[in-house]
Amino acid sequence: MSSKYNADEKGFYGEFGGAFIPEMLYPNVEELRLKYLEISEEKSFKEEFQSLLREYVGRPTPLYFAKRLSQKHNTKIYLKREDLCHTGAHKINNTIGQILVAKRLGKHRIIAETGAGQHGVATATVCALMGLKCIVYMGEIDIERQAPNVARMKMLGAEVRPATSGSKTLKDATNEAIRDWINNPEDTFYIIGSVVGPHPYPDMVARFQSVISEEIKLQLEEIENRKNPDYVIACVGGGSNAAGAFYHFLDDENVNLIAVEAAGKGVNSGESAATSLLGKTGVIHGSKTLLMQTNDGQITEPYSISAGLDYPGIGPMHANLFQTKRAEFLSITDDEAMEAGLELAKLEGIIPAIESAHAFAVLNHKTFNPDDIVIVNLSGRGDKDLTTYINYFKI
Amino acid sequence: MKRIQDKLQENKKLLSIYFTAGFPNLNDTKNIIENLEKSGVDMIEIGLPFSDPLADGPTIQASSTQALKNGMTSALLFEQLQNIRESVKIPLLIMGYFNPILQFGVENFCKKCQEIGIDGLIIPDLPLEIYVSEYQAIFEKYALANIFLITPQTSEERILRMDSISNSFIYMVSSASVTGSTDGFGEKEMNYFERVSKMNLKNPQIIGFGINDKLTFNQAATFQKGAIIGSSFVKFIKENAVASLSDFTRNFIN
Repeated sequence: MSSKYNADEKGFYGEFGGAFIPEMLYPNVEELRLKYLEISEEKSFKEEFQSLLREYVGRPTPLYFAKRLSQKHNTKIYLKREDLCHTGAHKINNTIGQILVAKRLGKHRIIAETGAGQHGVATATVCALMGLKCIVYMGEIDIERQAPNVARMKMLGAEVRPATSGSKTLKDATNEAIRDWINNPEDTFYIIGSVVGPHPYPDMVARFQSVISEEIKLQLEEIENRKNPDYVIACVGGGSNAAGAFYHFLDDENVNLIAVEAAGKGVNSGESAATSLLGKTGVIHGSKTLLMQTNDGQITEPYSISAGLDYPGIGPMHANLFQTKRAEFLSITDDEAMEAGLELAKLEGIIPAIESAHAFAVLNHKTFNPDDIVIVNLSGRGDKDLTTYINYFKI
Repeated sequence: MKRIQDKLQENKKLLSIYFTAGFPNLNDTKNIIENLEKSGVDMIEIGLPFSDPLADGPTIQASSTQALKNGMTSALLFEQLQNIRESVKIPLLIMGYFNPILQFGVENFCKKCQEIGIDGLIIPDLPLEIYVSEYQAIFEKYALANIFLITPQTSEERILRMDSISNSFIYMVSSASVTGSTDGFGEKEMNYFERVSKMNLKNPQIIGFGINDKLTFNQAATFQKGAIIGSSFVKFIKENAVASLSDFTRNFIN
């Protein structure tokens, strides 16, 4: 789908995007740039992708009318249930797509970065499925914080390599994965977990995640006899679930898109991940985007209670949606997100990932009309966050 | 830029040294540069530290992290280099990642470089296409050489393009790797060195990455104009006094 909000030929979304990569990465990134569209348009690719999404991931995921939540907010709220995907989040839509691209490019060694471990698990899963070698880079600090996901990756046959440089978290894991790719230019494919990195990654990942909004459109027509909702709300770390949930609505300006960032302990607390408010244009991991950094251009470490939202940049597509005001950007504190997560559990019997809980907290900040249709992308389930919930609420 | 071009004319193999500015101590910069020149080094790459140096290995990354902790910034580096041309004659380049330069303002940065007497820039994550479309005119305005990197995987067509818009030297990455991660050159690397030398480029080539002793230096100088030593010098300077750095360079200078 061509949209003025999608990447142009050089991978720019307005002034954001592009491929700011060292020459050592050029052949790999260029190979991907030249082939990703052709490959993903092939009939055999589409068939394999669709059938895996259906039979392995469990798609389409339900569009669920949240009756009690709707009553509370006096509007019509639907949840897109990405939490019901295999491995517990939307992440696997992308890893399925990318591993099929990797196979068609003849690569047999897969690398990935992970923060909380969700993308690492989703990558390890598809590597097991395809019988490919998998190495996941993860910050040393995150390895300690996310032991269950480390164990999952190992059970799935992946090697988890600690990133010990810099701040030892997601951005450093990404640096290490990129270094690995530089050192292994021939046989390796890098599966990036979000709509970040050099072109064509942001566009490719957005396309694989766009199945979310494609399904929303069809489901809404069936349930409500209309194609478009009034609002789509999604959380943004790098921004892949939001990219997927917004994708087919980008050109319908009547659909209000709301991107929700993590304010952490407060936007001005010094412990936040609200990139659109705190960031300036800069270059991170091969992409020009909004980025949290010092005046001198050193990248700073963001904070959120949710490990999936503490990335110092946002995808270039989102930087452009922010700049053009096509999407409204709101930020939600740790406390607001945790309360919203608990509320969803009590009202609807669904424990959301803390990332997704940020999107739900927005419902308390906006006023909707009774006949508005509001879609919240429930990007992941809360099982992985149980320890955080337990500690926070002293359960 | 003239200083680099003159140096490249000299009838000898060139030894170029990289160090991270602000490491091991914040104010070592000038002292290191002066001592390197005294010890007979031909050219110096002054590393502007960055929080996320993608193309560098653990040694240079650790030195960058320490330099930033020490308080190094672009503005401070320029301050330290303010009068460097009163004492130093050899070509000086700044090697840094794009983001700090972007925040300083690319034009401002280039202007400052010219004022101080910096001859060129090496920016690994500023690719050819973006340089040409957005920044080449600025570099030329301030007489700065932009040094392109090539690797064994870089196509001949692309090398020729870089050669056509360069007017100093081409930085050959010895093998597909981040800095500091190879040990001695094998047949594969030597074939690549020879292949590029036979392209008869208008710009000489200097090899970096993996140069850590006399053997690798000589291998690099077989088909090319010289070599750049980074990680192993950074390791040396971490453990030894600046005044003794000729103990290091002596290994490479006949």
